[in-house]
Amino acid sequence: MITLDQINLSIGGKPILRDVSLRLQAGKTLGIVGESGSGKSMTALSIMRLLPQGAELSGKVTLEERELTALGERQMCAVRGAEVGMIFQEPMTALNPVQSIGDQVAETLLIHGAASRSEAARIARERLARVGLTSDRFPLDRYPHELSGGQRQRVCIALAIALRPKLLIADEPTTALDVTTQAQILGLIRELVREEGMGCLFITHDLAVVAEMADDVAVMKAGQVVERGATDALLHDMQHPYTKALFEASRHCPVRIPQMDEAHLLEVSGAVRDYTLRRQRLFGPRPSFRAVDGVDLRIRRGESLGLVGESGCGKSTLTRAILGLEPLQGGEIRLDGQTVTPDMPADLRRRMQVVFQDPYGSFNPRHKVSRLLSEPFHLLGRPADLDARIGEVLEQVGLSSADADRFPHEFSGGQRQRIAIARALITRPELIVLDEAVSALDVSIRAQILDLLAELQHRHGLTYLFISHDLTVVRAITDRVLVMKAGRIVEQGETEAVFNAPSHPYTRALLEAAPVLPLAAE
Amino acid sequence: MKWPVQLVAGAILFGVFLVAAIVSLGWTPHDVTDLNIAAKLSPSGDGYLLGTDHLGRDMLSMLMAGARTSIAVALVAVGIGIVLGVPLGLSAAANRGGLLDEIIMRGNDLVFAFPSLVIAILITAVFGPSALNAIIAIGIFNIPVFARVSRGAALTIWPREFIMAARVAGKGRALISAEHILPNIANLLVVQGTIQFSMGILAEAGLSYVGLGAQPPTPSWGRMLADAQTFFYAYPRLAILPGLCIVMTVLGLNLMGDGLRDLLDPRLRRAMK
Repeated sequence: MITLDQINLSIGGKPILRDVSLRLQAGKTLGIVGESGSGKSMTALSIMRLLPQGAELSGKVTLEERELTALGERQMCAVRGAEVGMIFQEPMTALNPVQSIGDQVAETLLIHGAASRSEAARIARERLARVGLTSDRFPLDRYPHELSGGQRQRVCIALAIALRPKLLIADEPTTALDVTTQAQILGLIRELVREEGMGCLFITHDLAVVAEMADDVAVMKAGQVVERGATDALLHDMQHPYTKALFEASRHCPVRIPQMDEAHLLEVSGAVRDYTLRRQRLFGPRPSFRAVDGVDLRIRRGESLGLVGESGCGKSTLTRAILGLEPLQGGEIRLDGQTVTPDMPADLRRRMQVVFQDPYGSFNPRHKVSRLLSEPFHLLGRPADLDARIGEVLEQVGLSSADADRFPHEFSGGQRQRIAIARALITRPELIVLDEAVSALDVSIRAQILDLLAELQHRHGLTYLFISHDLTVVRAITDRVLVMKAGRIVEQGETEAVFNAPSHPYTRALLEAAPVLPLAAE
Repeated sequence: MKWPVQLVAGAILFGVFLVAAIVSLGWTPHDVTDLNIAAKLSPSGDGYLLGTDHLGRDMLSMLMAGARTSIAVALVAVGIGIVLGVPLGLSAAANRGGLLDEIIMRGNDLVFAFPSLVIAILITAVFGPSALNAIIAIGIFNIPVFARVSRGAALTIWPREFIMAARVAGKGRALISAEHILPNIANLLVVQGTIQFSMGILAEAGLSYVGLGAQPPTPSWGRMLADAQTFFYAYPRLAILPGLCIVMTVLGLNLMGDGLRDLLDPRLRRAMK
């Protein structure tokens, strides 16, 4: 139905895609898998011809006998939205915040002159109901900010399928969503493809998701399709070394040597964190929201503890309290017997460090690596051998001491995450809080960082509190796991035991929702 | 790197006046206080490149010295705005939602609520007209502008993870504001500074025009305009020349502001490539 024939794309003279040829039939899903920079999104944008300035495209894109590459911009506008619909990764930014959801869905119909205003509203209603937003709970005049992430993604889907396009392009549609929401959205897309007879081009970095979704898979690397075939066949008989590497990295489990102490390093007992909200009316009482509701947790020295939960469950709030950034309204946190508060002594602060999720946002872009790494010494005073220590930690995380003179933007995402780990290591802490520390990384980089973390833990006897929504990663690197929901710990236990036999219904729901890689025939 | 056209054009335009102002510190074709009644209202040429005014003063010298007054007043006024406004904005952002934030921002609203020129007239009327009072009057109205811009920009930086990392290191709000926030909002402040600078020049000309700015014999474009009013039909040159100077300086600065914004805003920079 849609064929891409020898697509070549360069932007500003730099080659982006090389000889990409793909074929997709109606009612089928073609998954495109690859790491960041592999050209998978650019392939989709080449079909839509929504390319950045300075792009040069050659080759043929054919949609049902019609050569899209031969069409002018005007004719392409008629194709976009009507014959090819697209869903993006970030449902928060893909919708216009000042337009109601009904207007946004109806807009597509109006632009293409497919319906009168009243008819467009009727069709919008029907399409929104189709994606599960029924009229009783989601009237057309709702605004995007009144909806959750998953509901917004449903609106995006309704928008994309408003004119019943022949091709639906989904570019990482569930990457920004929680696992249970992801499962629902994936189910919806599968159902729509089957029932509406659309072709679906499904772009993702996640092999497990593609294994669940796609009939056929194309693996991309550096602008080229390195391997393609029917999903089951391909996953069970991988030919290309890159596909194998990708598959291995997705399931990578670092070698860990248990070295737990009996003594508890961190003890959180009955922690309560309330946020006061805005007054509802002038001089009215300030309502409060309990983000963390009586949490108890203990970490042994040398242990890796996983904390799992979906967005909004209070895990980040708990992290900030453990790091002593925000006060508790009840309960207490002790590190090695000493109470953690926002004004704890410098030496206690030194013993806890943190690594954040975003390798791009966690450094001041205007400071050099040496200055970034010396920041944790702010309260302690600079050690005399600061330069030596900077060199030492950089080498420990697999970089060189010469990197101290460079700026963060000169490094790749994986290297930046190494710098973030170096920054956490430099004060020789005992506890490192890893807040979604590998969630933003490509699978191959993620595998390397997990290995590095395991090695550092062994070498320095570190204790990890590993906070993540990614169950596979938590399973790979933790000894024990806690499941958090709505500010409470609902289940805890040895990682393998919890994963094999979850007792709480919420844990079961989480595990069932998570896409699983099929075991390869080895 | 490609420089934006507006930036280059604006910088050249403004540069001409800046050079004139600097040169006038040491040398002008004639002394601006030198009255030559015999040669009053003489046309261009004849020893006076742009002619003389109604008191026989050299127009070119007056314009050069006038540039000095305008630029000095506007520069110091913008300086007042930045030095007082930015710390206020940063501390408001650091205490977002707190009492200090409320006090600072409501104070800002109070200053914003009054038309700036009216208050400037009030200040100069109470304390007497002088260049210094004009500076203070214009400067006060720059404070809320910079406070608002820096608070808004700082609020977008605060939730970033590197700020969290600094807090984990035990740094306080003031230090984080100075070390991490300020350098990251500096580009916005530069752009806003250029635009406020041009507004300062306009305001100075306005105050001088109504006689509340720099006092004679200090030359000023605004007062040259006022003086020329009575001779406008007979000698339009007397009004057109200072008027043109004001327009060109303000235009130059605004172009520079636009160009700097294009240059410093990474999002726009990407779009230009």
